[in-house]
Amino acid sequence: MSKNKVKVQRSAMAKREERWAWLFIAPPFIGFMLFMAYPIVFAIIASTSKWTGINSLWGNIVGLQNYIKIFSDIKFWKSMGTTIIYMIGIPIGMILGILIAMGLNRKIPGKRFLTTMYYVPVVSSLVAVSILWAWVFNYDYGLLNGIYKLLTGMHGPNWLGDEQMVKVSLIIFMVWKGLGGTVILYLAGLQNIPQDYYEAAMIDGANGWEKFRNITLPLLSPVTFYVLITSLIGGFQVFVEVQVMTPSGGPNYSSATVVFYLYEKAFTNGQLGYGSAVAVILAIIIFIITAINFWGQDKWVKTID
Amino acid sequence: MDTAAILKKPSSKKDYQTDRVTTPKERIFNILIFIILFLFALTMVFPLVYMVATSFMTKNQILSGSLTLFPDPILIGKYSEVLKKGQFITGILNTIKVEVPVLLIGGFTSSLAAFAFAKMEFRGKNILFLALLATIMIPFAVVMIPQYVLFTKLHWTNSLAPLIIPGCFGNVSMIFFLRQNLYSIPSDLMDAAKIDGCNYFRIYYKIFLPLMKGALGTQLMLWFMGIWNDYLAPTIFLRSEKNWTLQVVIRSFNSYYAIQSDYALIMAASVIAMLPTLVLFFLFQRMIIQSIAISGIK
Repeated sequence: MSKNKVKVQRSAMAKREERWAWLFIAPPFIGFMLFMAYPIVFAIIASTSKWTGINSLWGNIVGLQNYIKIFSDIKFWKSMGTTIIYMIGIPIGMILGILIAMGLNRKIPGKRFLTTMYYVPVVSSLVAVSILWAWVFNYDYGLLNGIYKLLTGMHGPNWLGDEQMVKVSLIIFMVWKGLGGTVILYLAGLQNIPQDYYEAAMIDGANGWEKFRNITLPLLSPVTFYVLITSLIGGFQVFVEVQVMTPSGGPNYSSATVVFYLYEKAFTNGQLGYGSAVAVILAIIIFIITAINFWGQDKWVKTID
Repeated sequence: MDTAAILKKPSSKKDYQTDRVTTPKERIFNILIFIILFLFALTMVFPLVYMVATSFMTKNQILSGSLTLFPDPILIGKYSEVLKKGQFITGILNTIKVEVPVLLIGGFTSSLAAFAFAKMEFRGKNILFLALLATIMIPFAVVMIPQYVLFTKLHWTNSLAPLIIPGCFGNVSMIFFLRQNLYSIPSDLMDAAKIDGCNYFRIYYKIFLPLMKGALGTQLMLWFMGIWNDYLAPTIFLRSEKNWTLQVVIRSFNSYYAIQSDYALIMAASVIAMLPTLVLFFLFQRMIIQSIAISGIK
C-alpha cells in the first residue's frame, strides 16, 4: 500500500517536471516552427506556382512546370556546374590541412602562434576579406599581378575578368578562407591518436609512410568524413564571396553559383515561385548529402576500437 | 643529459610526446618543418597585412602600378574619413542593436532549453532534441524566400526585427554545446535541489546557470561573431538603407568607392569592420579553438 502511495507521488512530481521542461524548450521549438518548418512547407507550395509576390500564389499554380523549366535552364546548369567546380578546393584544403596539422603536431616552437595565424582568415568577416581579395586580384593594381610583374616582367592574368581564371581565383580564395578550420580539426584528431600505436609500429619496423598510411590516415577518417560532409554542404551554399567579387556573376556568368542564381531569380527578377523551385532542389541535394553522412559513417569511418 | 631525459617520467599522457627524446636528426627535421610552416603561415596572413598597408597609402602610391608594401607617406586620414561617414556609424550601431537583444534573450532561451535537455526528465526528450538538431542542416538559402515573404507581410522589413526576433528564440548549436557541458556537471545537485523543493527555474537560475558560465560565454562570443559577420540575411531582409548593418555598409562602400579608385578608404572601412571579431579571437583563442575542435570530434 505504501509502495502505491510513493508511486503516485512520484508520478505527480514527474508530471510537474515534464510540464516545466516542455515550457523551457518551447522557445526554440516555436522558433523552429515559425522560421524553419513553416517556410519549408511554404517553399514547396510556392515552387509549384508562377508567383511573383505581386500576383496571387494560389491563383497561379502551374504544377511541376517550374521544375521542368529548370531542367532546360542553361543558366541554372551553368551555375550548378560552377558550384561543383569550386569544390575542387575541398580536397586541396583537406590535403594541405592534414600536412599542416601533422607539422604542428610535432615538437616545434611557436605552435600556438602558428595555429592562430592559420585560423585568422576563418574568423575574419567574409565580406571584408572578399573585398580584400577582389583588391588582391585586381588586374591593374592588385597584389598578385604586382608580384607577377616583379617575377616575370610581364602583366599577370585577369584574375576576375577571365571566364576560366575567375573560377581559379575563387577556389584560391575559398581554400585560403577555410584552411585554418580544417587544420584545427585535424590537429585535434591527431592529438587523439594514442602514441603507443606509433611506438608499436616503430618496433615492427614500419617506416614513416607506412605509419601514415596505416595508422594516421585511418584514425583520422572521422575528421576527414566530417570535414568532407560539412564542406560539401557549405560548398552548395557559396554566395557572399561571389557576389562581392563579381557582382554580376562574372564574365559570361562564369562565377555564379546556385545560390547566386537563386538570389538573382527571387530578389532581382522577382520570380519567387521559380526561385523557390531552385531552393527546393538545393534542399534535396543537401538532404541527400546529410543522409549519406548518416548512413555512410559506420561504413567508411574507422575508430580506435 | 640524455640519461636525465630518459629518467624523467612522463607526467601525463599528453606530455608523453613532448618528453620523448628527440634525436639530432629529428631536431633538424623539426626546425625545417617549422620554417616551412612559418613561411606558409606568413603567406596566409600576408593579404591581411597588405590590406592594412593599403589603408594607409595615398591614391598615387596605390595606383602607381608597381608593387609597394610600405605606405609612404603614412596616411591615417582615411580612417577618420570612414568614421566621419554617417552611414558607417549607423551601420555599426545597427549591428549592435541586433547583437544586444539577440545575445541576451537568445542566450537565455538557449541555456534554459539546454538545461531542460540535460537535467530534466520528460517524454520525447531524445526525439525532440534530434528534431531540433536536424534544423542545423537546413540551409538558409532554402528558407530565405519564404522568410522574406513572411517578414514583409508582418511589416518587419522596415526595421531590424527580421534579424532580431528569430534569434531570440534560441540557437540550436548553442543548445547542443551547453547540453554537452551540463552533462559533465553531476546531477546530484539537481536531485538535492528538487528534494529541497526548489522550483525548476530557480534550479536553473541559481545552480546551473552559474556553473555553465564559461561555456555560455564562449558560445555567446561565437554567436556575437556570427551576427557581426552576417551579410546574406541583412542584405535580403533590410529594405531601407537606414537599417543596414555594418557588413552591408562596407559592401556598398566597396561598389561605390571602387569606381573612384579610393581603395585606401575601402580597405580602412574593411579593417575597422574586421577588428572587433579579430580582437575577440586573439583574446579568447584557446576557448574558441577548443570549441571548434570539439565540434569535429563529436
